[in-house]
Amino acid sequence: MNLWKRFRGSYFLYSFLHDPVAMGSFVVLALLALSAFGAPIIAPHDPYDTTTIDIMDSEIPPVWMDNADAKFLLGTDAQGRDMLSTMLYGMRISLVIGIGATFLQAAIGIVLGLIAGYKGGKVDNFLMRMADVQLSFSTLMVAIFLSAIFQAIFGVAAFESMAVPFLVLVIGIAEWPQYARTVRASVLAEKKKEYVEAARVMGLPSGRIMWRHILPNTMSPILVLSTVQVAHAIMSEAALSFLGLGMPITKPSLGSLINSGFDYIFSGSWWITMFPGFLLVLLILVINLLGDWVQDVLNPKLYKG
Amino acid sequence: MFAFIVRRVLQAIVVMLIISFIGFALKQNVGDPVRELTGISVSAAERDAIREKLGLNDPFLVQYGRFLKGAVLEGNIGQSFFYKKPAMEVIVSKAPATLELVLVCSVLIVVLSIPMGIYSAIYPKRLLSRLIMGFSTIGVSVPIFLIAILLIYVFSIKLGWLPSYGRGETVNVWGWESGLLTVDGLQHLLLPATALTALMLPLFVRLIRSEMMEVLETEYVKFAWAKGLPRVRIWFVHAFKNTLLPVITVGGVQIGTMIAFTILTETVFQWGGLGFLFLEAVERADTSLLVAYLIFVGVIFVVVNTVVDIIYGLVNPMVRITGRK
Repeated sequence: MNLWKRFRGSYFLYSFLHDPVAMGSFVVLALLALSAFGAPIIAPHDPYDTTTIDIMDSEIPPVWMDNADAKFLLGTDAQGRDMLSTMLYGMRISLVIGIGATFLQAAIGIVLGLIAGYKGGKVDNFLMRMADVQLSFSTLMVAIFLSAIFQAIFGVAAFESMAVPFLVLVIGIAEWPQYARTVRASVLAEKKKEYVEAARVMGLPSGRIMWRHILPNTMSPILVLSTVQVAHAIMSEAALSFLGLGMPITKPSLGSLINSGFDYIFSGSWWITMFPGFLLVLLILVINLLGDWVQDVLNPKLYKG
Repeated sequence: MFAFIVRRVLQAIVVMLIISFIGFALKQNVGDPVRELTGISVSAAERDAIREKLGLNDPFLVQYGRFLKGAVLEGNIGQSFFYKKPAMEVIVSKAPATLELVLVCSVLIVVLSIPMGIYSAIYPKRLLSRLIMGFSTIGVSVPIFLIAILLIYVFSIKLGWLPSYGRGETVNVWGWESGLLTVDGLQHLLLPATALTALMLPLFVRLIRSEMMEVLETEYVKFAWAKGLPRVRIWFVHAFKNTLLPVITVGGVQIGTMIAFTILTETVFQWGGLGFLFLEAVERADTSLLVAYLIFVGVIFVVVNTVVDIIYGLVNPMVRITGRK
């Protein structure tokens, strides 16, 4: 109850209710997430159930065009799957990978960033050099290489059957330096403050100081970064899937749907590519807009560079 | 300064060693070169003889040392299984296509982002600035392959103005297959270059804008106003000069992103460059070529980053001093 009261009186809620863009994006994002995770209930067809798919239904246009079928609101793809259902399931996969990868990045990045910032010296030097080098290669490049290497080592079949955990791993490893840098920068600022010194004087172990004392005070930059990183991870996943290094077409994410539709765009079936594309842009756009707002509200000193 | 350069170069060498080590380890563990070379009818004894002759029974580090020696002295980074040629040769033959694309985009980005960024920093409230910023917010959210597909759909399929794939006609200028000198080549270049530019532009516009706005708030700019200098001089000579520094560093780092995005652009437009080659190598499980690409791109990144860092160190003494300790 107390928490609720604090939330209601907070500046966070106040600024949210006075920012139509933030509210709008939040509503759209909530709707998208709800329909994605509720896909098994609300989707008219199950794209994973091969018995309900008829190849004769392939490339049917959306209902408002000629030769359409009322059963398929947004038409069908080249395999005869209902576009709307496949997109909802695809968005679910994109979101799961995006959020999963962000958690993994955060876990690796926060731990390494805390250690680097708190311990300093050689450990710090080594970890940050590593982060710099990896970042200089651009996260997408690292992700593409990692996927290619994983496919080469495990074989395409094994990769496809385990695609979701693999992609989470690939994107997680590719983007941890972002977190590590941000956390390290805030740790460096917090480390000098008196409460940390007090904790040290009391003889607390350094693990506890890092985890219970410093980390809670670095939360706002982490939160700001996280919104951006979810959008980034979804985009990376879409790019990998588009290149054929991500989700297989039997279990398509938005990126692999766009990729599969691209072959048919020349024969005039634009909807297979355009609808998932539009959904992907909408998803990333609302997350980015929310991220901008969170950044304005929390206004942390982000580590530049 | 000398110590700074030496340290940066040493670091670059260490990074290259790590990359080549990863690449080599990958090549060692995936696929068997003897099986690639021989047919089914070759006996086990003969296979062992070939293995011994090629030095594949030596310890891993000895083989790695040999690989490094070949790579550094002769530029030999392995044979492509598919093309049956040295991987380096394959890469060099495909490089001009990618380099031309990147070059044209860099020029476009510089020419467009600087005026747009400066304008929206000087007049942040004007309609045009808001439009620029609005477009760049949307631009950041649109994946490049979608931009590319949309361009193809509108300009190639619907309007039929521009070709949708390939490089078109090229001319050979001193061994460099150039598409920049023929009308057909330029037409083919237009869509991929637009897609790549559209993707990178928002980033640079935002960067220049925020840096410029920060600089405009500083004391020395206020002093310049107080002195009564003409506006144009304050904006372009005093403020813009200091905006450029961070833009150079970020620009250097963005080369990596740009190469990553050439892979996507080239796939959509069937542009016969390095990115396309890389994806083909993945599909054909041509590990050797894959590793060669990894090393080649690694060299480009490391060289560019080192050069940018050294330039930055030359221009901005603060970097050198804080780095010295």
